Amino acid sequence: MTDLEAIQLTNELLAEEFELELDQMKPEALFKEDLELDSLDAVDMVIVLEQAFNFKIKKDEAFKKIRSLGNLHDFVLDKKNEHPTAVSNT
Amino acid sequence: MKRVVITGMGAVSPFGTGTDSLMKSLSAGDSGIRSMDDFAQITGLKPTIAGKVPDYNAKSIPRKFRRTMSPMSIFATLAAQEAISQAGLNKDILSGGTTGLSVSSTVGSVQALQSFFTTFLNGFSIEEIKATEFFKIMNHSCAANLAQCFEITGRVMAPSAACSTGCQTIGLAAEAIAIGKQDIMLCGGADELHPLTVGTFDIIQAASTGYNKQPTSTPRPFDRDRDGIVCAEGAGILVLESLDSAQERGADILAEIIGFSSTADPSNLASPSSAAIARCMQLALDDAGIPPEAVQYVNAHATGTKLGDAAENSAIASLFGSKPLVSSLKGHLGHTMAASGALETIATVLMMNNGLVVPTRNLINIAPDCMGSRHIRQIERQPVSMALKNSFALGGINTSIILRRDND
Repeated sequence: MTDLEAIQLTNELLAEEFELELDQMKPEALFKEDLELDSLDAVDMVIVLEQAFNFKIKKDEAFKKIRSLGNLHDFVLDKKNEHPTAVSNT
Repeated sequence: MKRVVITGMGAVSPFGTGTDSLMKSLSAGDSGIRSMDDFAQITGLKPTIAGKVPDYNAKSIPRKFRRTMSPMSIFATLAAQEAISQAGLNKDILSGGTTGLSVSSTVGSVQALQSFFTTFLNGFSIEEIKATEFFKIMNHSCAANLAQCFEITGRVMAPSAACSTGCQTIGLAAEAIAIGKQDIMLCGGADELHPLTVGTFDIIQAASTGYNKQPTSTPRPFDRDRDGIVCAEGAGILVLESLDSAQERGADILAEIIGFSSTADPSNLASPSSAAIARCMQLALDDAGIPPEAVQYVNAHATGTKLGDAAENSAIASLFGSKPLVSSLKGHLGHTMAASGALETIATVLMMNNGLVVPTRNLINIAPDCMGSRHIRQIERQPVSMALKNSFALGGINTSIILRRDND
């Protein structure tokens, strides 16, 4: 999976899970203010991403610092590159 | 004590969304019962029929609120939207603290419980359990979700009493208003269909099993050939209000709640006693301050079980004789569980205001053990100014409500 494919998949997963439009999925979009997602949604976001990318996020301190979609893209790419053997389950 | 009136009603039933579709289908004598193909896959489950809510628009509820709702909370929200709209309650009234809520279900969402345990038992892991799941499972899920969705800030109660829930929530809401604790209460009940509910009645031999190939021929309240309950789903929500508040707001008054009783029958957890039912109805009459002769219609709980229908009929006959009209709406709707008391109260108010009484569907031959009261088998067009509504539950919890038409 290329980096671009990973970002596209992340956007599609979030759009599906949280009923967002793909044109809302801009890197600068803030989860709380722009996408109106809260801490409960963050928990479910972890589960959706873990299942799709086959890596663990739950205890990762870096995830707690994520504020924007761009932050999440960077986080996902870092995790993917940390675990090059992880494959998409989608 | 303040007088309590109904100013809004909303329904989601096997006949669809809205009180109009409920009343239209009841008046037409329709059945909401149909075959459930997926039930046949369950080992040991004999009934393969139920009353299912047809297509409904869950997306009309914003995702922010809908994410923690199982179908029962969605039904309750859609019904509440209709009731609130009819009552003309705005955001200031709902959120001002004078409006409370009394809504419940027989259990939390069994669909969500199944989802939880399917994941949990797969390796005893909680790692894939979503954060929103518990909010569907908790016992006060409907009440909590409604309070969030409509920004209610007054008291929120979720009294659960199995099949009496829908009437008990109304009665307790009325009492909260009568003693002046709240001016307005949203109240009622909701439930969603799950094979576990059907299986529960099948296990205790109270479910209808002989009409799987003719779903609309059952349940058969008071009928000679009745063979049990048919489970269904839905929600009924009412807006109750003090008479003072309704008059001050200029709200249309649909009916007045003049009596309520909630009693326990410790003689048996599952088999109702006629004497206990009669006592419950008598206490409701006492609460209303009216004699039995004043009641012109009894909307029976009668679900189509051998024991329950006979016990209720005997109690009605002993207390009222054969004067008031008697019918049960379970023959049309099936048993909508926690919704039943509320949906059938709503239907009773609609009948009173439309000058007609709907008969018991599937009552062809009155059973010998159900004689002595005035069962109706065709629509009766006559004014009803006072009606009594019964709801009874496993666990021996009985409830009766007495309604008076406005201006009578």
